[in-house]
Amino acid sequence: MTSNMIAREPAIGRRTLLKVGSAGAAALLFAPIIARAASDMGGALSPDASIYPKKAFAQTSESAALKIMYGADATASDKIQLDAPDIAENGAVVPVTVSTDMPNVTSISLLALDNPYTMAASYKLTADAIPNIASRLKLAKTTKVVAIVEAGGKLYSTSKPVKVTLGGCG
Amino acid sequence: MANQILARATVSGGVTTVQALVKHPMDSGFVKDKAGKIIPPHYIEVIEFALNGKVVLTGFWGPAVSRNPYSKFMFKGGKSGDTISIAWVDNLGKKAGTEVKIA
Repeated sequence: MTSNMIAREPAIGRRTLLKVGSAGAAALLFAPIIARAASDMGGALSPDASIYPKKAFAQTSESAALKIMYGADATASDKIQLDAPDIAENGAVVPVTVSTDMPNVTSISLLALDNPYTMAASYKLTADAIPNIASRLKLAKTTKVVAIVEAGGKLYSTSKPVKVTLGGCG
Repeated sequence: MANQILARATVSGGVTTVQALVKHPMDSGFVKDKAGKIIPPHYIEVIEFALNGKVVLTGFWGPAVSRNPYSKFMFKGGKSGDTISIAWVDNLGKKAGTEVKIA
């Protein structure tokens, strides 16, 4: 199978490994091999995969995801600013920014209600982190984007509909 | 592919702004390739941002975060020359990280 890849990229040489990752779908089958080659390349930090809330990210409704993530439901708040485009031409890259003036924010989550899985991203903030986070999400179709802010142990939410003209499951 | 994080950190008025562009396919597991085969999920699960080795922000990402994710956040503290480290682990157990000095 390796020779297949080389056939697709004739002038490869020592950059083979680097190119495999972007060579497309077939190459992803080899991801575990690449993973081994690329491990131990980080700096001082080594994030622990076991802290990942896998179950929360596998839910298909807002309340189920929140229940697992926070053990509670959120109340609507006008103190959260959720910046997202009204219309996203490309659902694969939708810039979303969440910010709030609330004190003691410990967590911010982003949910896309009509995505295959509701939970899109979640951030844990330390006391020094300022609750103002920008990221880019994939939206499968036109959906309500929900921002969740956990402040002082309580959950607040705000939402915004984003019209997607080209789905971005990819 | 591996280990590519473009990062920039600037401080102004006691607030440090960190921007990071991580190179990662972030495959959701819902997309098919040209041959109609599902591209298996491959996405970053946990990403950490630290100031001088102390984590200030932890991100949990699902498959709905865009390919080659960009993130930006701010925190109080930090001064010019301090070290920001960024590191992630994905669902295949692959890890990568980088360090950048606050400008």
